[in-house]
Amino acid sequence: MSAAAPTVDATRVRPVDGAAAYVRRNGWTFGLIGILVLLLLFTKFLQPRYGPINIQGLGVSVMPLVLAAVAQAIIVISGGIDLSIGSMMALTSVVSASLMDKQSDLFGVAVVIGVLGLGLVLGAVNGALVVLTRVPDIVVTLAMSFVWAGAALLVRSGPGGGAAGWLKNITKGPFLNEWIPMAAVVALVVIFVVWIPLARSRLGLSIYAIGSNRLAAFRSGVAVGRTRFLAYAFTGLFSALAGLSLTATTSIGSPVPGPYTLLSVAAVVLGGVSLAGGRGGVFGPIVAVVVLQLIQTDLTFLRFDSNFAYVAQGAILIAVTGLSSLMSLRRARA
Amino acid sequence: MTVTATDLLLEATGVAKTYGAVVALRSASLSVRPGEVHALMGANGAGKSTLVKILTGAVRPDAGTIAVRGRALAVRSPAEARRGGIVSVYQEPALIPDLEIRANLRLTGTPVEPFRHWLAELGIRNLDLSQLARYLPLATLRVVDLARALAIEPDVLMLDEMTAALPANLTERVLEVIGRTRGTDRCVVFISHRMIEIGAVCDRATVLREGSTVGVVDVTPGSEDRIVELMLGEIAADMPDAAEGAAPSPRPTDAVPRLRAEGLAAGTKLEDVSFDLHAGEVLGVVALEGQGQDELFDVLAGMTKPRGGTLAVDGKPAAFGHPADAIRAGVVYVAADRAEALLMQRSVRENIALPFRAQLTRWGLINLRDEQRVVSRAIQTLQIDTRAKGEVSRLSGGNQQKVTIARWVAGGVKTMICFDPTRGIDIRTKRQIYGLLRDLAEAGAAILLYTSELKEIQLVCDRAIVIFGGKVVREIGRADADEPALLRAAYNLRSDSALPEDTVAEAQAAEAPPAEPPGAAQ
Repeated sequence: MSAAAPTVDATRVRPVDGAAAYVRRNGWTFGLIGILVLLLLFTKFLQPRYGPINIQGLGVSVMPLVLAAVAQAIIVISGGIDLSIGSMMALTSVVSASLMDKQSDLFGVAVVIGVLGLGLVLGAVNGALVVLTRVPDIVVTLAMSFVWAGAALLVRSGPGGGAAGWLKNITKGPFLNEWIPMAAVVALVVIFVVWIPLARSRLGLSIYAIGSNRLAAFRSGVAVGRTRFLAYAFTGLFSALAGLSLTATTSIGSPVPGPYTLLSVAAVVLGGVSLAGGRGGVFGPIVAVVVLQLIQTDLTFLRFDSNFAYVAQGAILIAVTGLSSLMSLRRARA
Repeated sequence: MTVTATDLLLEATGVAKTYGAVVALRSASLSVRPGEVHALMGANGAGKSTLVKILTGAVRPDAGTIAVRGRALAVRSPAEARRGGIVSVYQEPALIPDLEIRANLRLTGTPVEPFRHWLAELGIRNLDLSQLARYLPLATLRVVDLARALAIEPDVLMLDEMTAALPANLTERVLEVIGRTRGTDRCVVFISHRMIEIGAVCDRATVLREGSTVGVVDVTPGSEDRIVELMLGEIAADMPDAAEGAAPSPRPTDAVPRLRAEGLAAGTKLEDVSFDLHAGEVLGVVALEGQGQDELFDVLAGMTKPRGGTLAVDGKPAAFGHPADAIRAGVVYVAADRAEALLMQRSVRENIALPFRAQLTRWGLINLRDEQRVVSRAIQTLQIDTRAKGEVSRLSGGNQQKVTIARWVAGGVKTMICFDPTRGIDIRTKRQIYGLLRDLAEAGAAILLYTSELKEIQLVCDRAIVIFGGKVVREIGRADADEPALLRAAYNLRSDSALPEDTVAEAQAAEAPPAEPPGAAQ
């Protein structure tokens, strides 16, 4: 029998100042930003005429997926998943385009507010079903994706409608400097107006808590069911924002869901959010969306078959997530 | 001083809870006065953990009332319990691994300064609050969890096995801080398997048995006897006579044991376990919950790798990296939870044949006729009721357990390790399983049996080892292994005196408390 009592070095302190700790904790996101910068330089190298106009176009083209990725990130952080984001985008997009068609700007404002409310309701329905029926979230949201997509087709059987003038213009052009696309600024403002207060609130903490360890969260006094419900509602809200951005950038509404659901999952994974929940933020997925888009652009410049871009995206996704799980394995052993 | 109902800080009366047909709590009551440290005691399955879950809002009772300071309380969630003044600290800390300590405090609305104060009192200074809880050692997390609870000054602080596997120096501080509750207007409900801690810090103890409160004892030197007596109750009248079991086989004398474990250590709880398991014997393992037996069986079954120590099968060193290694070495595992072992949607035949399919193949195809023959023999041997043989999930629990044993018997069993195989099984099937284990041993198999029902030991085992705090503290022969002796041993009490006997580490921890001659001689 060993006589030595086990001791614990309870005061082990990691001697790092705040900034360094911040960088290390968000190392994944900073790494992605590094890759993004390299990709931009590479793009400029491939296509010396790549300039402000292209950057502005990039901002517009990534906007719907950026917002969809934020929607997915919120629910994945809470330990869930939402496979109905693309359908909610389609539904909110056709509803807004149909209502705003040939109407005044002021009415457009009312429609935007109403459609955001609609997004909250769609998400809340998803959340209520997940919490109350105890059917796995992946099943509920897959089923609801058919419901919302069907509803979108009932609203409008084909692409059409219109967008209020201010909504179309809000994402166009540069902001202050020609290199800063207006679309990016709008997306970031929208995200931070909603996300920062959420992340700092007790609800935000609770969302991370239930994703990280549901039993510990329950024992800490977190209302698990209510938190899951609210996380789905916020995912619905951001899906509506993504749907509105589709209307704004295309000036019409299309009832057929784009590839946004699965691309949002891809962006979330690539953006350093753990599919097991509890880890990550929204900034990583946002950068990941831009990275994925730039890779596609570069492959076009390199004259690859455009279909090859999908193959490349998939391969990159596997490679990057494989690398991250190897890294966390090593950290666990260390 | 007479204590009237309103003088009580926490009062639970007539609390009952059933899970399906299983009665977890019949009628439990608990009355705690202000300024008291109150122990909640009970053997395995007495309903202790159910009562704690009810008081903390994790489980809703079927009947009964709970009142804090005379005010009735409906505790439907831990959040409500917290608002009602009941805060709990568990063996597994309720800190969110992916949040910083600071964010964890914010989540429970804990003020930082009092938290730091209590943390310092508990012996931890300079804790970096911006660390993720994930990166702190488990023992530190337990203390952090306790400091967090102390900082909000709850009326009732429930400590559920929180000192289990805590290093001695920290345990000492924890007990000292808990002791300060005396004389305040708050109280602590203290649950521990360590009698020495109960003696050191508690004023009174409430004892549960079979789901009911059977007594409240003032804790004084020597009251351990009374507590053990209450936990045991009338020595169960329905207990089958020991003679009914098979006659004890003579102690095997062959030099090479079938399975030899030396100094096994694993996880946070298994520290140092050694034993020899011989062919032809059933060796019992006795332990209170969470003394490291789960880890021990995980190691033996090849599910986790040990942190230290060695295993030898038939005298040859063995290291199991995977359950398949253990099975190949002839060490097969029967779990308490049948769902862990069986393919619930598949047939009895497929389940029994699964582990030894490899032996029944011809050019890669399964020889169904051979399989049928072997399976039928196993079913007959074990008297499995196979009316619902198409899908194992439709069998009764007892028959399911027989199927898990049959899978190994069919292939010819050499060494079988059973972890609480009769949990939740009716008495008749239990008897059959005991008989089966005895028969297997007679036929030359070596069997290691952990059971949470102490009565079973004398029925089936030739001898038993007792594990406490991750170490083997006693070996008891069949003749002496009656329930009181086993329970005393499981609490690490000496059989001939009322004084607690303890491991070296704990003797060190308990230097300070009064009336404490540490007798660590073994």
